Amino acid sequence: MKESIDLALIDWSRAQFALTAIYHWLFVPLTLGLAVIMGVMETLYYKSKDEFWKRTARFWMKLFGINFAIGVATGLILEFEFGTNWSNYSWFVGDIFGAPLAIEGILAFFMEATFIAVMFFGWNKVSRGFHLASTWLTGLGATISAWWILVANAWMQYPVGMEFNPDTVRNEMVDFWAVATSPVAVNKFFHTVISSWVLGAAFVIGVSAWYLWKRREQRFALESMKIAAAVGLFAAVITAWTGDQSGYHVAQHQPMKLAAMEALYEGQKGASLVAIGILNRTENGEIDPEKPLMAEIEIPNMLSVLAYRDKDSYVPGINNLLQGGFTLPDGSVALSAQEKMERGKQAIAALGAYREAKKNQDETRAAAELKILRENMPYFGYGYIREPGDLVPNVALSFYAFRVMVGLGAYLILFFGGVLFLSWRKRLTGMRWMQWVAMLTVPLAYLASQAGWVVAECGRQPWAIQDLMPVNAAISSLETSSVQTTFFIFLFLFTVLLVAEIRIMMKAIVTGPEKDVETA
Amino acid sequence: MKKFFFKVWAFYYEGFREMTLGRVLWLIILVKLFLMFVVLRIFFFPDFVNTHAEEGLEAQFVGEQLINRLAP
Repeated sequence: MKESIDLALIDWSRAQFALTAIYHWLFVPLTLGLAVIMGVMETLYYKSKDEFWKRTARFWMKLFGINFAIGVATGLILEFEFGTNWSNYSWFVGDIFGAPLAIEGILAFFMEATFIAVMFFGWNKVSRGFHLASTWLTGLGATISAWWILVANAWMQYPVGMEFNPDTVRNEMVDFWAVATSPVAVNKFFHTVISSWVLGAAFVIGVSAWYLWKRREQRFALESMKIAAAVGLFAAVITAWTGDQSGYHVAQHQPMKLAAMEALYEGQKGASLVAIGILNRTENGEIDPEKPLMAEIEIPNMLSVLAYRDKDSYVPGINNLLQGGFTLPDGSVALSAQEKMERGKQAIAALGAYREAKKNQDETRAAAELKILRENMPYFGYGYIREPGDLVPNVALSFYAFRVMVGLGAYLILFFGGVLFLSWRKRLTGMRWMQWVAMLTVPLAYLASQAGWVVAECGRQPWAIQDLMPVNAAISSLETSSVQTTFFIFLFLFTVLLVAEIRIMMKAIVTGPEKDVETA
Repeated sequence: MKKFFFKVWAFYYEGFREMTLGRVLWLIILVKLFLMFVVLRIFFFPDFVNTHAEEGLEAQFVGEQLINRLAP
């Protein structure tokens, strides 16, 4: 019996997951970013014994605490959704997800819960050195937690280190280190965590600029800006570098995502990267594959360099990836989408036949079907694709989100460089316009951070797990109305949390760093 | 050893007792956790496989789901 999944159910479930992830990601990068900056400030206190640095560190810790408290556990809702909305996926990934998330949970609890208490309660109760270590370990705990979450995410983009068991219908981890240290996971970790430092730095500079604009707490604001600008500049440059690495990995493992990010329909040798561009739509609103851009500024050969580290290399476009027939970097010929779909169907049919044979205790047939399944397993997910066009993600969203992320990333490098220079020249106090620029940069940093996830997650559609499981196979057979209900519950709940965060934080900022601040 | 545990207990006790802003934040955390684990988890987010498959037959259930969704 063939089962058909309602497209509305898929769309609402994806929207719900996106909503939860976006709200969760409003809190996480600020936690990771502030952890580094307050750690630097407390280190200065430890070295100088100057009470000014203690007060400064304590103020940013207070904002860290507010953000941490409101954001904590919002990510657990994603795990609820895995079990309810994406149950096939949740079962299929097996212990690949279970192991990293269990490690993350234990580490998060023991490291963060222990050291965060010392950080907030331990002033004047533990030694300065132990307190400093606790502050850094709080940040390290949050960072290690992020590592395991990002390992799980990277595995979905580039599944390695596992073997599919047709008896349990689960992927089983055969090489933990291949999962934990895959190049995609390592790069994703550094790109995501260090870009969070960028956001933390922009936040500190923005809040400090508000004090300058209000002509209060001037030393505090200027010193905070100096440190945040140094951290931010370093982090923004590293983020650009790891972003380049991400582009390389996407080209190797998710070429359709790269083609969508560039609105590249026809492959080219020596392909150019679109720096700025406007998509060209036909009368029915779709992007014209003949001429996808109506206006663009390109960087010659840059896409080839990004994708294959060779300025003359061939970068396949969306049409080429669907039609196949081009030569891959390893010398083999690319299969067409139709061929992959046929092989995927063979894999799924072999899984059914294998399970039937096992049920009938026909070991000879089971062995034969298992062989077919193994040969076609790399294309398993293509068996759920109804037509080749379903393999193309939302090009407009991928294209524009990529440009927002990269454009704002470049702006942030200039911004941090500018703040550092003006700070060194002691000109920030009188530059009212620059104070406004700094305040307005805070939402831009959030936008860049969210755009990065839009590129990563929307660009890999329709895949829940690259090549192995599309969203229409991953989803549970729920009523669409129940997903709609929980979508709006989350929208309300998260909005209340966000409003609470902003109100409490604004109150703390207006109060400002005290001479003798209260215990958090 | 007993002295150590007493010191740890006193550390947390005094820390929580002296909290000001922290009290509000803890209230938010507790309300949030209640809503998440008592309301959402139980009423809106049951484990789909566990509630639809017989115990011990979860793999069969998911296997059927995946096989039946093969594209036409």
